[in-house]
Amino acid sequence: MRELSLNILDIVQNSISAGSPIITIKVHESTPKKSMLIEILDEGRGMSAEQVLSVTDPFFTTRTTRKVGMGVPLFKMAAEMTGGSFNINSQLGSGTGVKAEFYSEHIDMTPLGDINQTVAMLIRMNPNIDFVFERSLDEQSFTLDTRELRQILEGVPLDTPDVMAWITEFLEENDKELIGGA
Amino acid sequence: MKSLAELKAIKEKTQAAVGMRQDNEDKIRILVGMATCGIAAGARPVLAALVEEVEKRNLHNVSVSQTGCIGVCQYEPVIEVVAPNEEKVTYVKVTAEKAVRIINDHIVNGNVVTEYTIGSVAK
Repeated sequence: MRELSLNILDIVQNSISAGSPIITIKVHESTPKKSMLIEILDEGRGMSAEQVLSVTDPFFTTRTTRKVGMGVPLFKMAAEMTGGSFNINSQLGSGTGVKAEFYSEHIDMTPLGDINQTVAMLIRMNPNIDFVFERSLDEQSFTLDTRELRQILEGVPLDTPDVMAWITEFLEENDKELIGGA
Repeated sequence: MKSLAELKAIKEKTQAAVGMRQDNEDKIRILVGMATCGIAAGARPVLAALVEEVEKRNLHNVSVSQTGCIGVCQYEPVIEVVAPNEEKVTYVKVTAEKAVRIINDHIVNGNVVTEYTIGSVAK
């Protein structure tokens, strides 16, 4: 993958397939630690201990159409290439959490890329799922929580073009303020 | 900075216009392959371009949705156009620019962009 935000888009598809009503995406960057922490948390059906062990194997997939599943292995590889770490926590019936830590100054660091487009497309394509997106750089942070938006929208769907335009601008403005356009 | 008050105004405007919207039965569906293969090959900007163009042109009878791996990973990004009473058209190696042309030529004007279809790319 050319961008970590594409890995995120891919990993979140697993949470969607797991029937999660809410999905949290966290991207935390730390200047002193020179690290980027990416977490994806869902409340889907979860996995057994045995399944957790096998998802990092590219020859494991729950699909029946073919025998390979590259999503999790590629994300794990991207983290480990930078000297970082990768973890999956899951419990049947309560959900799954994927956590990857990257050393952002490592030469093999994949850029985060267009994370805002990932978040916007996830919301646009899954109007019945709630998303929480948390982005932080050291002490500064911002959050987009579709549950809060729904409260204001009172039944107007999130995939309404004007609402999506608001979401996109919200993400871009906050991103710019946080990262300083860098 | 975007404010929640602005969102509230959008809600009120949309609710007022809600009667004008109608669910069209002869919907054209555009499916974008968004499995690992599709995403790695560049499906996300294609999806974004399709959504943007459909909204810009107010195409109420067109829906854009995502699907899994269609099985031709080497030709990703792949999109399928499914229109009622018409044969399904599969476009391959789609880019954001090609996606806009597919909307304009095929969806709006009814002319399949033959050069982008799997039939003319796959040998």
